[in-house]
Amino acid sequence: MLSKDEAKRITDKVLAFRKADELSVALSGERNGNIRYARNTVSTSGETNNMNLAVTAVFGKRSGTATINEFDDASLEKLVRRAEEIARLAPENPEFVPALGPQTYLNTASYSENTAKIDPEFRAKAAFESIQACAPKNLTAAGYMEDSTGFSAIANSKGLFGYTPYTGVDFSVTVRTADGTGSGYALRDVTNASLLNTRQATEVAAQKAAASVNAKALEPGKYTVILEPAAGIDLLQNMMFSMDARQADEGRSFLSKKGGGTRLGEKLFDERVQIYSDPMNAEAPGSPFAGGGGRFGGGGVDGRPQEKVTWVDKGVVSNMYYSRFWAEKKGVKATPPPSNILMLGGSESIADLIKSTQKGILVTRLWYIRAVDPQTLLYTGLTRDGTFYIENGQIKFPVKNFRFNESPVIMLNNLEALGKPVRVNGSLVPPMKIRDFTFSSLSDAV
Amino acid sequence: MNRRDFINLSGLGVGGLLVGSIPVMGYAVPSQRLLEPGADVATKKRLADIALNAAKSRGATYADVRIGRYLQQFLFTRETRVQNITNAESYGVGIRVIANGTWGFAATSDVTPDGIAKAAQTAVSIAKANARLQKEPVQLAPQAGVGEVSWKTPIKKNAFEVPTQEKVDLLLKVNSEAMKNGASYVISNMFFVNEQKYFASTDGSYIDQDIHRIWPTFTVTAVDRAAGKFQTRDALSSPMGMGYEYLDGTASEKILAPNGLVGYRNAYDMVEDATLAAKQAKEKLTAKSVSAGKYDLVLDPNHLGLTIHESVGHPTELDRVLGYEANYAGTSFATLDKWKTKSFKYGSPLVNIVADKTQPHTLGTVGYDDEGVPAKQWDLIKDGVLVNYQAIRDQAHIIGEKASQGCCYADNWSSVQFQRMPNVSLKAGTEKRSVTDMIKGVEKGIYIIGRGSYSIDQQRYNFQFGGQLFYEIKNGELVGMLNDVAYQSNTQEFWNSCAQLCDQDDYRTFGSFFDGKGQPSQISAVSHGSATTRFNGVNVINTGRKI
Repeated sequence: MLSKDEAKRITDKVLAFRKADELSVALSGERNGNIRYARNTVSTSGETNNMNLAVTAVFGKRSGTATINEFDDASLEKLVRRAEEIARLAPENPEFVPALGPQTYLNTASYSENTAKIDPEFRAKAAFESIQACAPKNLTAAGYMEDSTGFSAIANSKGLFGYTPYTGVDFSVTVRTADGTGSGYALRDVTNASLLNTRQATEVAAQKAAASVNAKALEPGKYTVILEPAAGIDLLQNMMFSMDARQADEGRSFLSKKGGGTRLGEKLFDERVQIYSDPMNAEAPGSPFAGGGGRFGGGGVDGRPQEKVTWVDKGVVSNMYYSRFWAEKKGVKATPPPSNILMLGGSESIADLIKSTQKGILVTRLWYIRAVDPQTLLYTGLTRDGTFYIENGQIKFPVKNFRFNESPVIMLNNLEALGKPVRVNGSLVPPMKIRDFTFSSLSDAV
Repeated sequence: MNRRDFINLSGLGVGGLLVGSIPVMGYAVPSQRLLEPGADVATKKRLADIALNAAKSRGATYADVRIGRYLQQFLFTRETRVQNITNAESYGVGIRVIANGTWGFAATSDVTPDGIAKAAQTAVSIAKANARLQKEPVQLAPQAGVGEVSWKTPIKKNAFEVPTQEKVDLLLKVNSEAMKNGASYVISNMFFVNEQKYFASTDGSYIDQDIHRIWPTFTVTAVDRAAGKFQTRDALSSPMGMGYEYLDGTASEKILAPNGLVGYRNAYDMVEDATLAAKQAKEKLTAKSVSAGKYDLVLDPNHLGLTIHESVGHPTELDRVLGYEANYAGTSFATLDKWKTKSFKYGSPLVNIVADKTQPHTLGTVGYDDEGVPAKQWDLIKDGVLVNYQAIRDQAHIIGEKASQGCCYADNWSSVQFQRMPNVSLKAGTEKRSVTDMIKGVEKGIYIIGRGSYSIDQQRYNFQFGGQLFYEIKNGELVGMLNDVAYQSNTQEFWNSCAQLCDQDDYRTFGSFFDGKGQPSQISAVSHGSATTRFNGVNVINTGRKI
């Protein structure tokens, strides 16, 4: 872990070796720890410490990248020379865009000392607490916790410099009954490790495992569903991945318009659908700059500042994201892809949503989600680890898992109600009550 | 080193080909670096002995060490330009030990006597710390030391020796032919991997291996702007355990199928396939939308491979069966009690599925696995009955095997090795039968080619598969192209509906180049062979929607 000053000392040194027209530097470091357990016992556990320096050199419209993990002066110079050598041999890129000049970045709340302090003892305890919530009840836990503490720094020869520290802990656990007829799941992710309680999360999964024994088979068909945030996030995230403007302009996106152009400005969803991104969100902070990490991936040195962007406003597509090349070509602002997804909801809990449901199905989790048709964003996948039938405002019995074939676009039109958003996968997603959700077949899987 | 240093593919427009991102391991280097030799065998043996001795002196009862140099070259193009070329090298040492009956693992990129000894000590310390939580000690199936041996993928042309420009020229030619033949857009890529692995263990094995893999592929897109529609067609190549000779396009390796379709065995004609792909993508724009219902399916090997992978390969992984993957990929319906009956009908009597680490030209073929076990071949499903699983040394005793089946693999020196799928293939039929013969016998069916959308539940019962090309069969004839096709079935039901197999002349392999498993996730590459096969009365759904 390097401080801002320490990181800048290295990027300054690298830039001083420049012979190329342009030099960009990305320096990142991370300590990553994990513990994995299954059958109520720890299976693997490890910790890695890495620091990585990537340098991109540019001559005209040719660019080359080299990376290294040594930081003495000789190695840094060698790295710059190597990047320059690769650049000279590279083909010209007709879509080349020069590097950005100095930028102003937001100070995001993406770092917590409590996470940085995690040690092997902490990880063992987290696993132990989770197993302890299961073993005495004759339940079997399989779980995984991964923590990361790191930083990302970017700089270039035009004076740009950005630095962001970050921490995160991802935890998931699957609890199964000893005879394998019941299964439950819980998923948590936090920036601050002190907010993670693996026992509590495991108890939720354990309760679902016990309650899902003797599942009944319902006929596949269209049902009102309550998608818990862990179930809703994947479809939502997949939709956001498809909001690239170029793909739409080229006629190969769900946002392409018949006859040409895009569906920007069209009302595609229920008017209660409000999706934005904001690096400054306290509960699910994003990265201050594109290329600084986040669920949409690094994608190399970019350096565009992340700011609050509304993607869907009252059901209307209000923004799409652009590469800098495509934005320039189209004469629009080069909005980068978001580093978090924040979907507004209401104040109701999942329990409240169940209470107001006449007939429906509660879905804990969706699994093996794959695109079936990119034109309509039709996805298929299955429910898993806790699927229950609701009648007259109460959970009546567990049901066998279903395969679904559904598009998030259709789903967000068939909206009945939204609950209180919770953090999942670095984003904020409300539990969603959806009518006419399409289940196309039954699965025997538990 | 950040071994999970992913290239985000959304920016490269490769989204249609793969899910998520492509793992690039190691450091970006100039391409000539990929041709420089790594450390010589004598040096590696000396370093390996340091690791083994350090581990033993700290109390390890078993130790193995992998000194690995992993080289990758990935090329990405679209239409008339190169999007990216990545040359990467990753070099380091992974040491795995058993101490107090428990596994411990540590890895380092500091490939010096000191660095290696330290990593060995760390591995022993981790083993001892974890021993406190261990319920039962590790039982390792015996494996006699094989001495000092070596193995190399029998390639004819090392892809790294082919100038980058030559590869770029081929990809751009592929793109221009596709555009000439009606494509609106095209992306094309090449992936080359070379694993230079040295394995040594306290059993007395010193194994030097040089493993090569190749995957050329593309996606062609046809857009009808007026209708606001688009269709894609992916390459019908297969990733292979071969050198650049796979791209020679040798005519004798082609299999001519009905409707001008071409299947590729051990050589691929990328330009020819792209030309056909462009025409077919355009044809897909106006193809008839399928009527949902029951159809007899005639599945091409380039499609069936993925169905084999998902519905036979994964469920017979012993670690899944035992529950070690419960939190991620899931468990398996193919439980030990079913296997113990010796009569569990996985499929019809025609279904013979073999696990094989020795089949030439395939992705899973090696001399030895990543715990020093010689490659072998064994039956998973014999005459339709489940007869075995895929196991490694610490699992063999659970299924009564006296030796490991050699399924241990790690995707990098820094990853701990665990059970990974060998090549899993469906044997061809013994009766003489071509694809045309097979289609002749079908009254109402669909002929499916290529890898499409795929999804299966966490115990591998219920699945849904799409494809690249669908042709309607009526009364023994192909009558035209279909759209919006996906079939749904249950694994056991599906394999029991297997009604007919083409013969060995039609046999080809399909492959998965970036198969993910485990937490943290590791990739592996694996092949699946079959001849064209018929399945009766499978449920087909219509996937068309309006938004």
